[in-house]
Amino acid sequence: MSDGEDVLGQLALGFLAISLIAVGGGIAVVPEMNRLAVDVHGWMTNERFAQLFALAQAAPGPNVLVVGLIGWHVAGLTGMLVATLAMTGPAGLLAYGFSRMRTRLSGAAWLRVTEKGLVPIAVGLIFSSGIILAQAAAVHWTALVVTIGSTLFVWRTEFSPLWVLVAGALLGAVFL
Amino acid sequence: MSESPARPRPSVAALFLTYLKIGLVGFGGVNAWARRVLVEEKRWVTEQEYAEVLGLGQVLPGPNALNVAIQLGDRFGGGRGALAASVGLFGGPLVVLIGLAVLHDAYGDLPMVQAVLAGTAAAAAGMILGTAAKITTNLKPAWPILAVGLAALLGGSVLRLPLPWIVLGLAPFGILAAWWTLRHPGRVRP
Repeated sequence: MSDGEDVLGQLALGFLAISLIAVGGGIAVVPEMNRLAVDVHGWMTNERFAQLFALAQAAPGPNVLVVGLIGWHVAGLTGMLVATLAMTGPAGLLAYGFSRMRTRLSGAAWLRVTEKGLVPIAVGLIFSSGIILAQAAAVHWTALVVTIGSTLFVWRTEFSPLWVLVAGALLGAVFL
Repeated sequence: MSESPARPRPSVAALFLTYLKIGLVGFGGVNAWARRVLVEEKRWVTEQEYAEVLGLGQVLPGPNALNVAIQLGDRFGGGRGALAASVGLFGGPLVVLIGLAVLHDAYGDLPMVQAVLAGTAAAAAGMILGTAAKITTNLKPAWPILAVGLAALLGGSVLRLPLPWIVLGLAPFGILAAWWTLRHPGRVRP
């Protein structure tokens, strides 16, 4: 395509905007990413988007790196870097500014109470993203068994979760 | 809650290397792994402290894991610590991702690849659920706190409300629950 710079600009602006509404985390804005990549710009089909998302899930690193894969799909290595930087840079600066402010306020009673009050929301949302991902992954009853087994293993033992991911990959290869 | 007497204070290099490790082993999402390494292995923060930083990370816009890395990096190593932790978190996985993207372009449509990805995704979902269960078990929340957590769970998974609504809408109730629990210690255990 000749409009390479246009595409990079769209990637940068699109993911910058998405990062700043991503309250609750990267997973929260996956529908918005889908809209940007499939509906707004027509960069890929829905199926391709789902595949890239599954790949980002399986790959090591923050799940939000799916934006890197979208960037790659649209404009190669440059696209990957532009999309990742747009998603992390400005939001990161904001978090740093907040962190500095928090250090100055540390010890304030209202801040302690606020932090404690956000904990149940944080943990509830971890449960919720686990449930949503489990529903998406449950393409077959074997997948559900893998999810339940993996939940119990990680909850009840001190072994590395790497074991359940390896087991999941093997069971997937055999049964799915 | 309780400050243990000898808490190690990581150097900037240790922050970078630890977050590099978290990024590279962080299959299926990084928050579960960050908790495991920071709370269980390195013991830089307690379960309560990690949960609090994660809570703030969710209220702030942007990727949670990045917001946590920046806050902890800043706490232990200032601006350089924050930069070291975030570059470590994203740098390693980006290199891996380039390799995966090349492979996916070539082999992504093979049924075997799809099956392995499906199995891994199912296991990763369980890993996230198990981590949430572990945090809950360890924190032993009082019932008002538990109720707010349950509301967030239902709002996100059953009602499928947009996450900003859940976070901002439940925050006042969470804060109220925390305030009430601090005022009435000892008679709120479920």
